[in-house]
Amino acid sequence: MSRLSESLIELIRRTSVEIPDDVQSAILRGMEQEKEGTIAKSALEIIERNIDLAKRKSQPVCQDTGCILFYVDCPVGLDQVEFEQEAREAVKEATQLGYLRQNSVDSITGKNDGTNVGPGSPNLHFHQHASDDIAVRLVLKGGGCENVGLQFALPNTQLSAGRDLDGCRKVILEAVHQAQGKGCGPGILGVCIGGDRASGYELSKREFLRKLDDRNSDPKLDELEQDILRTANELGIGPMGFGGKTTLLGVKIGTANRVPASYFVSVSYMCWAFRRHGAMLASDGEITGWLY
Amino acid sequence: MTHNLSSPISEEAIRELKVGDQVLISGTVFTGRDAVHKYLHDGGELPDGVNLDGGILYHCGPVVLRDENDEWKVTAAGPTTSIREEPYQGDIMKQFGIRGVIGKGGMADKTLAACQEHGAVYLHAIGGAAQVLAECITRVRDVHMLEEFGSPEAIWEFEVQDFPAVVTMDSHGESLHKDILAKSEDALAQRH
Repeated sequence: MSRLSESLIELIRRTSVEIPDDVQSAILRGMEQEKEGTIAKSALEIIERNIDLAKRKSQPVCQDTGCILFYVDCPVGLDQVEFEQEAREAVKEATQLGYLRQNSVDSITGKNDGTNVGPGSPNLHFHQHASDDIAVRLVLKGGGCENVGLQFALPNTQLSAGRDLDGCRKVILEAVHQAQGKGCGPGILGVCIGGDRASGYELSKREFLRKLDDRNSDPKLDELEQDILRTANELGIGPMGFGGKTTLLGVKIGTANRVPASYFVSVSYMCWAFRRHGAMLASDGEITGWLY
Repeated sequence: MTHNLSSPISEEAIRELKVGDQVLISGTVFTGRDAVHKYLHDGGELPDGVNLDGGILYHCGPVVLRDENDEWKVTAAGPTTSIREEPYQGDIMKQFGIRGVIGKGGMADKTLAACQEHGAVYLHAIGGAAQVLAECITRVRDVHMLEEFGSPEAIWEFEVQDFPAVVTMDSHGESLHKDILAKSEDALAQRH
């Protein structure tokens, strides 16, 4: 097994079993806010215990180890064909080791060959940059939260949502309301305003690469992020939809240009079991540092 | 209030449970999710050895490995989203005598009506808590339809001890999910 493949297995392991610090801190803050004796509090206590147990036992935080999304920033000249091949091998091995569930199914026949490798799995996004660094980020996104994502086309008459930031606010809050507890809240939203139907969802997921405690550099979007976070937490949906104050842990919003005829708002929902890690790699594939 | 539940469960015991009650489940639990529900609803028969009468069905696709002694070992086993089984659940519950369904996210009117009519409850486990819940599984008794449906979709027969869940839909027509949906809708309307 190559050095790169070994590094990718370690990245998969770490992502599957360890919740990043920024997410765990947000969960702890949520737990402090919930009232003693409520089922919301007890849900967050079980979640906290689960995070510790997964790390200690080096076993998946959640059994749904999800869609496997790699984001690779690489120098010009990196052999992407080879990288992808190594990533596939790493996924197969990580599945054998139990860091990933046998989670990839042929959409027509329903056949699950148990490897997690097939058309579209794993999913790799390459981005070349003018640097010698190789940075690989991995997001494992479970099906429960993926299923509650929504894409709106503005204007939306039913929600009285026009083509402006207030319209965006309305549809994003509607997505939170429709998700209720089904996406394993408290959740994190990744949103893209603009783009086309495909790039909108793709960019909404890319927002999950941001740390929860960062702030948007665009003051208008920063204000919208804080507003949605605050408002969503006043809706009383709470952890798992049990009621309570902790409905969302974070909101991240990005934008892409659109064509004049289209105005999409794409909302991806991430569960509390927010599995995202990243590693810096040397040119031989060895891990030189961690990103989260 | 915390109740202890273990299968087979009587209708009387189920009728005592109310929305908001916390329960600790012990005894036998069968998993079944998307493929199993569709199969049974389409007229498929339960495999030999699977008896759901008075039993508990768990919406779960676990991670299960073979250990060094070639025994099954569950390494992650939280609930999956239940609403996908809404078209089937009520009928299957009544047909096979299921008294409790464990899952996450809640279910809708058809299942709620079946819970009331037949005497069953929906038990909400903590989504994503795969390790805490796997620790409550003391033994894998058997697995059925592994070949047909693959590991996450197979019918796993687990022995569990003090598996925690919350009653969010009871046999008296009450649903926490309906309640929270209505309240959050009002709250949202005030903030537009």
